[in-house]
Amino acid sequence: MSDIGKAFENGKAFIPFITCGDPDLDTTCRIIKSMAENGADIIELGIPFSDPTAEGPVIQAANERALSGGVTTDDIFDMVRRIRGEVDVPFAFMTYANVVYSYGSEKFISTCRETGVDALILPDLPFEEKGEFAPVCRKFGVDLISLIAPTSSNRVAMIAKEAEGFVYIVSSLGVTGTRSVIDSDLGPIIKTVRENTSVPCAIGFGISTPGQAAEMASISDGAIVGSAIVKMIAQYGKDAPRYVGEYIKKMKDAVR
Amino acid sequence: MSASKGRFGDHGGQYIPETLMNAVIELEEAYEKYKKDPEFNEELSKLFNDYAGRPSRLYYASKMTKDLGGAKIYLKREDLNHTGSHKINNVLGQALLAKKMGKTRLIAETGAGQHGVATATAAALMGMECLVFMGEEDTVRQALNVYRMRLLGAEVIPVRTGTATLKDAVSEAMREWTRRINDTHYCLGSVMGPHPFPTIVRDFQSVISKEIKEQMMETEGRLPDAVIACVGGGSNAMGSFYHFIDDGNVRLIGCEAAGKGVDTFETAATISTGRSGIFHGMKSYFCQDRFGQIAPVYSISAGLDYPGIGPEHAYLHDIGRAEYVPVTDEEAVCAFEYLSKTEGIIPAIESAHAVAYAMKIAKDFTPDQNIVITISGRGDKDCAAIARYRGEDIHE
Repeated sequence: MSDIGKAFENGKAFIPFITCGDPDLDTTCRIIKSMAENGADIIELGIPFSDPTAEGPVIQAANERALSGGVTTDDIFDMVRRIRGEVDVPFAFMTYANVVYSYGSEKFISTCRETGVDALILPDLPFEEKGEFAPVCRKFGVDLISLIAPTSSNRVAMIAKEAEGFVYIVSSLGVTGTRSVIDSDLGPIIKTVRENTSVPCAIGFGISTPGQAAEMASISDGAIVGSAIVKMIAQYGKDAPRYVGEYIKKMKDAVR
Repeated sequence: MSASKGRFGDHGGQYIPETLMNAVIELEEAYEKYKKDPEFNEELSKLFNDYAGRPSRLYYASKMTKDLGGAKIYLKREDLNHTGSHKINNVLGQALLAKKMGKTRLIAETGAGQHGVATATAAALMGMECLVFMGEEDTVRQALNVYRMRLLGAEVIPVRTGTATLKDAVSEAMREWTRRINDTHYCLGSVMGPHPFPTIVRDFQSVISKEIKEQMMETEGRLPDAVIACVGGGSNAMGSFYHFIDDGNVRLIGCEAAGKGVDTFETAATISTGRSGIFHGMKSYFCQDRFGQIAPVYSISAGLDYPGIGPEHAYLHDIGRAEYVPVTDEEAVCAFEYLSKTEGIIPAIESAHAVAYAMKIAKDFTPDQNIVITISGRGDKDCAAIARYRGEDIHE
């Protein structure tokens, strides 16, 4: 078992996302510390990918910035290794199947274990393809997070039954990015999830304001925010840690 | 855990966001139902014959045969199809299927613009809305096709992300599909992407090899000794190979775009320079760096400028059933000019890659042997770009 479960023990969880190496790994380190100090319950660390097909323009741009800065999977593992002694919030890597597969699944996932990464979120790995990585994740005690979408309908129970860590509920159709209104009816999906697993569930995609986070956390166990934070980093660059910290505090207070 | 579907050996599968899973499952179920439906097949045959102009000719290229001095050369004239390429075969099939599924909107990616034009054409014919994603760089290289798509009533979206070429157009079309699934069918243009696309596209394109087989039996009374086609994602090649896979004596040769050479970074030759990866919904071979970042590929041909290859080709390569060979820009341009001057046929620059390889190997065969080259499309669209390659600045 990983430490992911513990993240949901102090009320509703707030889960921020950041693209590693945007604008550079030193800033990423400082942002991670600031997130932890200000109440993040799990930190999603994005490993940049050249062609992130599930991302909207904001996170796509962050991936491009990070890769053009030359960051690699090895550099990111080194960074995690360094910061693990200072931060004890659980980490989840969020990246694309090819980043893991091409590194060597066994080598990637065992290094997750060794450096202290608790979970893996792969948006291009649906239930049917879990077999690609699930046995190795199990071997090294890394949770492979399952995603459920508003279009999952008859698939929700099947996915929830095998979920580990937490269930990532995608709030709406489309790619990542802030939305002014989240109008999917997630109630029935969450009800089915609850009936089929005791693993907590958190909602992501489209959330940016404290009001939205509070609303999403009220119907689930937590809220996940990516693009709103990445936008801040694009705006403030190396000065971002302070602004991100203030934002995390506000959001955590809202979901509590 | 339920089993992965659509595997060709280790390749294929469905590596896509959960949001799209029910859409591909629905597509698979509809396809399984309609492919056995006599009414659907009759409608499709009628479209193939009356609208697209099938069967396409198998032309004996006597001057080329004489000049090269070896095998008899036959050209499978997919360039004579309506819209000017083999792309119409797949598009008519998918559009008809989408219509049966109650979809009212088609989206597509395009490289050279041939698949975009074919999709826009089918959408016009069937009264559907159409949106085509095209890399911005390709909209410049293939400005005429952009105009054709707009003329046909489609909206063309220039894609500026990444390398602004075919792979980015595919990514953007996938993103659009996750935004809007209910009324939209993603009309994927090649034998790639998540299951069931590689199978559906292959089946609709397999009319090419079905006809080659019949036509060769009729004219030569025997099967060809080799079938040669260009490969980007690989739809015309898969269509040309399919009915010959079990005929072990027929050599199947796919010609990849080597760009400036397989020893340079400016290449798109996936089998020659790539390795196993997971991208755009499938496991297959991809050009990538050692951390799995997809490589920016290059070819003079916008239609072959793709960093991956369809999973069934990857499998045919693994088991040694098909050969995949690299052909450079320079060789393709020479073949483009050669076929124009020798036979009076201007091939698409994509197809010219296959012509180039046939020119290389024809003399290794005896005069009683036959080679079929699939001319996947016509080359009018490429004239301005080839002129520029040769240092002549002409405006379309």
